[in-house]
Amino acid sequence: MNGASGNYGMGLPIQASDAAPHIDLGLRVIHFAMFAIFILWSIFFVYLLLKYRKRAGVAAQREHMGLFWSLLPDAIVLGFEILLIFFYAIPGWTRFKMDAPKPEDSTQIEIVAQQFNWNIRYPGPDGKFGRTDPKLIDFANPLGIDPTDPASKDDYVSVNQLHLPMGKPVLIRLSSMDVIHSFFIPEFRVKQDAVPGMRVPVWFTPTREGQYEITCAQLCGVGHAIMRGDVSVHTPEDFQKWLAEASAPPAEARAAAPIEQW
Amino acid sequence: MKDHSEHGEHNGAHQDDFVGKYIFSVDHKVIGLQYLFTSMFFLLFGFTLVLLMRWQLAYPGTRIPLIGSLLPLSLAPGGVMLPSFYNSLGAMHGTIMVFLGIVPLGVGAFGNYVLPLQIGAPDMAFPRMNMMSYWSYLPGGCLMLLSFFLPGGAAQSGWTSYPPLSVINPGQTTWLIAMVFLITSSLLGSINFIVTTLNMRAQGMTLWRMPVFVWAQFVTAILLLLAFPPLEAASILQLMDRVAGTSFYIPANLVVGGKLLDHTGGGQPLLWQHLFWFLAHPEVYVLILPAMGIVAEIIANNTRKPLFGYKEIVGAMIFLGGMSFVVWAHHMFLSGMTPALSNFFLVTTMIISVPSVALLTCLVFSLHGGSIRFTVPMLFALAFLPMFGIGGLTGLPLGMPVTDIYLHDTYYVIGHFHYVVVTGTIIALMGGTYFWFPKWFGRRMSEGWGKFHFWTTLLCMNGVFMPMFIMGMAGASRRLYDPTAQLHNLTTQPMNVVSTISAILLMTAQIPFLVNFFYSIFHGEKCDSNPWHVTTLDWACPSPPPHGNFAKPPRVYRGPYEYSLPGAKADWIPQDVKEAA
Amino acid sequence: MEHAPVESTGIPNGKLGTWLFLASEVMLFATLFTSYIVLRVAAPSWPRGWDVLNVPLATLNTFILITSSVTIVMAHAKVLEKDKAGFRRYMFFTLLLSFGFLIVKSFEYASKFQHHHYPATSIFYAIYFTTTGLHGIHVIGGILFNAGLMIWGAGDGWEDPLFAGRVEYAGLYWHFVDIVWIFLFPALYLL
Ligand code: HEA
Ligand code: HEA
Ligand code: CUA
Ligand SMILES: [Cu+2]
Repeated sequence: MNGASGNYGMGLPIQASDAAPHIDLGLRVIHFAMFAIFILWSIFFVYLLLKYRKRAGVAAQREHMGLFWSLLPDAIVLGFEILLIFFYAIPGWTRFKMDAPKPEDSTQIEIVAQQFNWNIRYPGPDGKFGRTDPKLIDFANPLGIDPTDPASKDDYVSVNQLHLPMGKPVLIRLSSMDVIHSFFIPEFRVKQDAVPGMRVPVWFTPTREGQYEITCAQLCGVGHAIMRGDVSVHTPEDFQKWLAEASAPPAEARAAAPIEQW
Repeated sequence: MKDHSEHGEHNGAHQDDFVGKYIFSVDHKVIGLQYLFTSMFFLLFGFTLVLLMRWQLAYPGTRIPLIGSLLPLSLAPGGVMLPSFYNSLGAMHGTIMVFLGIVPLGVGAFGNYVLPLQIGAPDMAFPRMNMMSYWSYLPGGCLMLLSFFLPGGAAQSGWTSYPPLSVINPGQTTWLIAMVFLITSSLLGSINFIVTTLNMRAQGMTLWRMPVFVWAQFVTAILLLLAFPPLEAASILQLMDRVAGTSFYIPANLVVGGKLLDHTGGGQPLLWQHLFWFLAHPEVYVLILPAMGIVAEIIANNTRKPLFGYKEIVGAMIFLGGMSFVVWAHHMFLSGMTPALSNFFLVTTMIISVPSVALLTCLVFSLHGGSIRFTVPMLFALAFLPMFGIGGLTGLPLGMPVTDIYLHDTYYVIGHFHYVVVTGTIIALMGGTYFWFPKWFGRRMSEGWGKFHFWTTLLCMNGVFMPMFIMGMAGASRRLYDPTAQLHNLTTQPMNVVSTISAILLMTAQIPFLVNFFYSIFHGEKCDSNPWHVTTLDWACPSPPPHGNFAKPPRVYRGPYEYSLPGAKADWIPQDVKEAA
Repeated sequence: MEHAPVESTGIPNGKLGTWLFLASEVMLFATLFTSYIVLRVAAPSWPRGWDVLNVPLATLNTFILITSSVTIVMAHAKVLEKDKAGFRRYMFFTLLLSFGFLIVKSFEYASKFQHHHYPATSIFYAIYFTTTGLHGIHVIGGILFNAGLMIWGAGDGWEDPLFAGRVEYAGLYWHFVDIVWIFLFPALYLL
């Protein structure tokens, strides 16, 4: 199950979604600029310290460097920020958080966070999620799915195991049944708080086959550190095969299947 | 608001006995020192808490050395801490450092002691209210400390206390009640500071002759006055949710641990976040502005020349204060709020960084043409500049919603704000301590040990917080009881070890400071009333100043930084001197 | 202190302090009102105030508070006229009216509890009890301060140069309490 261990190092993890290259580009550009600003400043700073250290017989001068020079750093930083805002930040945010893909074109999944698990539900072949009711929640039915709703018949629920097809947008309806959690997959550069009482859409397109890790990024109680899950990205064919296998068997077998618990 | 005295009210009878003089004193200097010692204690306490956490982060699941065996079973059986205890430590570290450590030190201690002196006032506008402010802070602080021993234990929902977690977790009620005390204390203090600055200035001390430190405290007080009441209201609502069973922050149908919660629902978790950050963002400027004021004073004094762009600095501080009320949701980009709002807060966040750059620029340019004395306070003030630069610059990728998708709630955020608050504010406050020590006690601290303390502290602080950027970049989440429980943290685990060892060394490096500090109070080298040759009024009275401060009401003739005037005999002319001799 | 500072706004400290205090109080209640709006806008349904709350009692209370605002102004005017008996009379009326407000309020609360309506009953009642409760605490604070002024004024306070100022600040505070109620009344009972 540790296929993901190779994804991490001292720097950014590998890139495995369409969001990753865009976000990494921004991180690199901003950090490069930050380094440049900081180094230039530091050189100037050290120069001032050496040049104007107290020396016998040399008095301080009251004259200042001109106003122009003092506005220059402000102008540079402001200009850089304006460029980033309009050509990087707003377009990127629009793409990743405002323009959701059409549900028909995407793999739809519902994720309901819980202390300290990720409940993951696939709508099954009918493409519809069955009705849920919090009063029906129990250990075997963590989402409270109503079995009398025909749409729920083929729904498939897994705990902490997220399977995705490659190359197709994934559209997740994210929610929580108790406290706030945060759905984070480092390799995808995807993060979103899961808030009880809200259903927040999350979308991305996996671009690389492999194993990844879901982690919870928001303090959610004593088990926050162990709240994790595994992501497997398959080729579309393998994904279909997996889904068919997973959701086909009768309900009894499903209920009996061991639920991986942390 | 019971204290409506018209002008500094000096109750002679009140001062004679020991209790009136040192405990329930109304003298701003005694109150300032009370704040100084209390907040130093809380800083050390908050540091101790975080050392326990650092041990767990570097060596998860192992016995805490020394202290481990002293801890009760309910917190750390066998000396190994429990996750709930880790969460308590995290929440209490954040709360104690911010509300009981830095704010009382920067505002309560430095502000209280120095501000009336610098404007030439005999005391605060409302001395008794000043005393009440301290005596509301102390019980609030003690309650926070006691909460570890009360039933339910200390709060464990982070200093941010996000509901619904904070509503269902134990310990939170005590936290909320203690916060109400602390908020009251800050409100009393801020009213006092504003009125004092506006109404108590000595003759000739026009607004544009006030030292930068006074301006910084003034802006800070306004921020406190306007930002704390919303948190107070928000805390009252959270208290109702916990005690009266209301659902202000609780949506319907929550299922906790398999059981339906019996709150009716209808509330909104995000409401708390908005209210909390509406306070907490201005609060971070409350943490930094007094520090900047201190740095400005020290730099002007040790370059022996006027500050570059005094009016720019003041203008930037006012702008910073105003803007700080409209950036709060940059802490909430991923909270689930309407994504379009993020773009607004992105723009305001980028705008607010401009006055910070302007401030830093002015302070760095002030060095140009100076005659720089590398005294101990100056070393700290100089270190503040690049260190705050690192902290501030790393705020930029956090302020961009797109990059914040990745960085939010990782150790990168922890690194960002500890750089501003530890290598920034704490360094500046330490510098301020060395700088005003002769004022407070009429003696000096040792220069040699001061330099030793400076270099070790600076080095260790960077050792603690620099690795956090690496961890954050690799995706390590904050607030993790056991970082090794998740695959993506394993590769950066050695960074946790570096950070922990540096933190232990950092604690050790404070010993010479504390010894130096307490030894010098009693046995330090005696000095005259103005050993640094400062121009501002705080040094125009004896050190330590007597009750009522100035023998004769001072009169101000000039701006705050008249150093190195051509043709003058000395290279400094105090504000209350009429003619350049 | 012989040492009157010279650079100042010219506004007495106490007055400036009171205004600042009221500014922070405005922020406090503005936050509560904002929360009310946010919660109400998001709520699927919201009871009509006049169906569940007692509008006549609240109207009576509004009258009581407004009248008490007038009497406290009169009390201040009497201090300026050096009419000690007049001050005592009007301050007494003010206190009487404030107590009247609290008594009416407690009848309102009692009838809610009788019908098993508690803060936990619904988000509407949560808002209702929290805002009016906090306002009630402010009324009690005002009563204590006003009563203190009355006692002080009966003794050596009357000669104190600060006395008139303090009565004025008490009035400012009392107007604020009044205004908060004037916002609460329509927001809870009429909208
Ligand atoms: C003193 C406190 C302080 C200060 C001053 C700042 C300053 C800034 N902060 Fe920070 N911040 C915090 C304390 C502070 N912050 C805290 C406590 C948190 C976390 C709370 C929590 O979640 O628990 C936080 C979190 C935080 C976040 C949320 C991150 C997240 O949770 O995802 C964001 C996002 O926008 C942010 C942005 C900024 C920005 C843009 C600034 C800007 O104002 C910075 C502007 C400054 C500069 C741009 C520096 C310029 C300097 C130079 C260019 C010169 C260099 C000089 C030399 C070499 C001599 N901060
Ligand atoms: C002002 C605020 C402040 C300060 C000063 C500090 C100081 C320190 N912090 Fe803190 N920290 C926070 C505010 C602060 N922190 C907050 C808000 C959080 C988030 C909490 C949450 O998640 O809810 C946090 C979280 C936090 C974490 C993350 C925990 C987690 O996510 O699980 C860590 C981890 O290492 C950490 C470490 C440290 C360390 C090693 C110091 C040390 O550098 C301390 C150094 C201290 C000193 C050197 C002072 C010693 C005192 C004296 C010597 C007395 C005299 C002093 C003077 C006169 C100036 N902090
Ligand atoms: Cu779930 Cu943290
Ligand atoms: Cu902020």
